[in-house]
Amino acid sequence: MDAFVLQILNGLDKGGSYALIALGLTLIFGTLGVVNFAHGALFMLGAFCAVTLKKILTISKQVKDESITFFDAFKEVPYLEIWFGETGAAIIDYAVPLSILLAIPVMLLVGLAMERGLIRFFYKRTHAEQILVTFGLAIVLQEIVKAFFGANPVPMPPPDLLTGSADIGAAIGLGDSVIYPWWRLTYLLFAAVIIAAVFCFLQFTTFGMVVRAGMQDRETVGLLGINIERRFTIVFGIAAVVSGLAGVMYTPIVPPDYHLGMDFLVLSFVVVVVGGMGSLGGAVTAGFLLGILQSFASMNEVKEILPGIDQIIIFLVAVVILLVRPRGLMGRKGVMES
Amino acid sequence: MITATPRKDLLLMGIFTFAVLTMPIWLAPIGASYPDLLQRFAIFGIFAIGFNILFGLTGYLSFGHAAFLGVGSYTAVWSFKLLSMSVVPAVIFGVITSGLFAVVIGYISLRRSGIYFSILTLAFAQMSYNLAYSVLTPITNGETGLQLSLNDPRALDSLVGVAETSGIPPTNFFGIEMSGYSGFYFCAILMIIGFYISMRIFRSPFGMMLRAVKSNSNRMSYTGLNMRPYTLTAFVISGMYAGLAGSLMAVTDPLAGAERMQWTASGEVVLMTILGGVGTLIGPVIGAGVIKYFENIFSAINENVLHGIFDFLPEVLQDGAVAVLSLFVGEGWHLTLGMLFMLIVIFLPGGIVEGFSRIYERIRNKNNSTNGKADAVGSAKVQPGE
Repeated sequence: MDAFVLQILNGLDKGGSYALIALGLTLIFGTLGVVNFAHGALFMLGAFCAVTLKKILTISKQVKDESITFFDAFKEVPYLEIWFGETGAAIIDYAVPLSILLAIPVMLLVGLAMERGLIRFFYKRTHAEQILVTFGLAIVLQEIVKAFFGANPVPMPPPDLLTGSADIGAAIGLGDSVIYPWWRLTYLLFAAVIIAAVFCFLQFTTFGMVVRAGMQDRETVGLLGINIERRFTIVFGIAAVVSGLAGVMYTPIVPPDYHLGMDFLVLSFVVVVVGGMGSLGGAVTAGFLLGILQSFASMNEVKEILPGIDQIIIFLVAVVILLVRPRGLMGRKGVMES
Repeated sequence: MITATPRKDLLLMGIFTFAVLTMPIWLAPIGASYPDLLQRFAIFGIFAIGFNILFGLTGYLSFGHAAFLGVGSYTAVWSFKLLSMSVVPAVIFGVITSGLFAVVIGYISLRRSGIYFSILTLAFAQMSYNLAYSVLTPITNGETGLQLSLNDPRALDSLVGVAETSGIPPTNFFGIEMSGYSGFYFCAILMIIGFYISMRIFRSPFGMMLRAVKSNSNRMSYTGLNMRPYTLTAFVISGMYAGLAGSLMAVTDPLAGAERMQWTASGEVVLMTILGGVGTLIGPVIGAGVIKYFENIFSAINENVLHGIFDFLPEVLQDGAVAVLSLFVGEGWHLTLGMLFMLIVIFLPGGIVEGFSRIYERIRNKNNSTNGKADAVGSAKVQPGE
C-alpha cells in the first residue's frame, strides 16, 4: 500500500509536467491548427530563463575571506549579498520561484514573435511542412542555448525551505516509508494551479469564450466581425508561457541542459495523441495518467516480470490507444480526421 | 521539364552511374575525395533514396526510419561476429531483418495517416532506441556499442578454413578488404543499384498508385481500392533501404551503437530528402551529399581557421566576424543545419531540384522572350523530376 501511494505521487509530478506541455500543444493545435514541434524547445527556454536569472542574481565580486588568516584567501560573494545582506541571500535562495516573474514576459514575447514571425505563414501549408519547419526551429533554439550555456546540465537547487522531503505517510497515517520531496509537491501544486488558471481563463472570460468559439468554427466567428487571428496569436503566447513556466519549475527536479526540450517533446506529443488531438481535458488527463503509469512501470516488482517495460510503457500505451480509439481518449469528432 | 521516356531514363542512369563512380576524381578539387567521406555520401544516399520512396511517393512522413538503420547495423555486426567477415551475408541479413522489422511496424503504423502516422513511427523508433539501451543490452551491448572481438566464433569462416590472424580480421568482399576506396566502390555500386530500383518503382504502375494515394487518398478509397497493401509495400521497401544503409555502415566500420536509432537521426534523413527535393529521383542523393559534405567542412572549421579567413579585415571587425561565425561552425554545425532546414522548408519546399528547375525555366523564358515568341508551355508549373 505504501509503495502504491508512493508511486502515484511519483507519477503525479512527472504527469504534471507532461500535462502542462501537452496543454500548451493542444491549445496551439486546437486554435491555430498547427503541429508545433518546437514546443519542447519552449519548455527548455523556460528552464533557461531560471538559469539566466540565477546567473544574474549571483554576479559576484571577489572578497577577502576573513576566516582564513594564514594567507590571503578570496571568495566570491554575490553583489546582492554585499548590498542587502540577509535579504540578498534570501533572494538568491528563491531564484527559481522568482524566475517565474521573468519567464512570463519573456515567454510571452517569444511566443508572440514565433507566431507572428514564422508560424502564421504556415497555416495554409500541409501538416508535414509545419512539422518540418518547427522541427528546424527547435534545433535552432536548442543550439543557440547550447552556444550560450554550454552542453552540460546546470544544477538548480530549490529554495532551502523546500529542499527536504515531506513525510506524507505520517500525515495520512500510512507509515513512515512514504516520503516525498517538498519541491515535487510544490511542482504538483503549481501544475494544478496553472492548469486550473488556463481552464478558468477559457471558461469564464469573454476572451476565453471567443477563443472557444473560434476553436469550434473559426470562419463564423470571423464573419461576426471578431478579429479571431489576433486572439489566436495571444493564445499562442499563453501556450508558450504555460510550457515555459513548466520548464522554470522543473529545473530543481532535473538539471536543465539544451536537449531537455527534445526529450520532453516526444513524450508530450504522445500524451497529446493519447488524450485526443484538440482536447484540452484529454491532454491533462492523459498527462497525469501516463505519468503515473510510467512510475508504476518503473517499480522493481513490475520490472522483474516485464524487463524494460518502464522504458516503453508510454509508447506502448500510445500505440494501443491509437489503434483501438483512433481519436484518443477524449478526441473530438472532425479534428485531424484525415 | 523532362517527360520520362525509356531513352531519357537510360541517359539519366548512365550519367548517374558515371558521376557516382568518378566521384573520387571530380570531388578532389573541393577536398571531398577521401574514402571515408565518399562512403558516407553513398550510404546516406541509399538511406535517402529509400526514405524518398515512402515520403516522396506516398506522402507518409515517417519519423522513425533511424530504427531500421540501427537494426541493419546490429544485424550486420552480428553476422560478422557469428558467421563470417564476408560482407555478403552481413548485407543480406541486414536487409532482411530490417525488412521484417518494417513489416511489423508498418502494419501497425499504417492504420493511421497524417500526423498520427508520424507520431506512431516516432513512438516505435523511440521504443527501439530505449530498449537497445536497456533490456536488449545482451544483443546491443548498450552504451558501448556492439563491437567485434578476437574470439568471435565466425562459424562460416572457420568452416571454409580462413587462416587465423593475430588481430581482428577486416571485413571483406570475396577477399577484397572493405576499407578505403574499395569500401566506397562497394557502397557506390549498391547505391547505383538502389537508384535503379527506385527509378523502376517511380515509373511502374505501382509507383503511380502510390502517387495517387498521395494526391488524394479519399478518392482512392472511394473507388474501392484498398491502399494498405501498396503503402505497406512502400514502407517495407524503404525500411529495407534503411537496413541496407545501416549494414553498409557496419561494413565500412564494424561497430553499431544505439545512437544511430535516435529520432534526431530520423530527422536528418528527412532533411536530406527535403533539401534535395521530395519526390524527385535524384534529389535525395544530392541532399545527402550536400549535407554530409557541409557537415564535414563546417565541423572542421575552428576559430583559428576563421581568423585566417578574415585576416584582411581590421582587428575589431575581424574579431566580430569570427565571434558571429564561430557560432555556426565546428560545434555549432547543428545550428547551421537547423537554419538551413527552416530556410528550405519556408522558401524552397521543392528542394534543390526545384531550385534548379526554376532557374532553368527563367533562362528559357528569357531566351524565348528575346526571340519574340513567349512559350506558354515553358512557364507552366512543372513537376520536378518527372
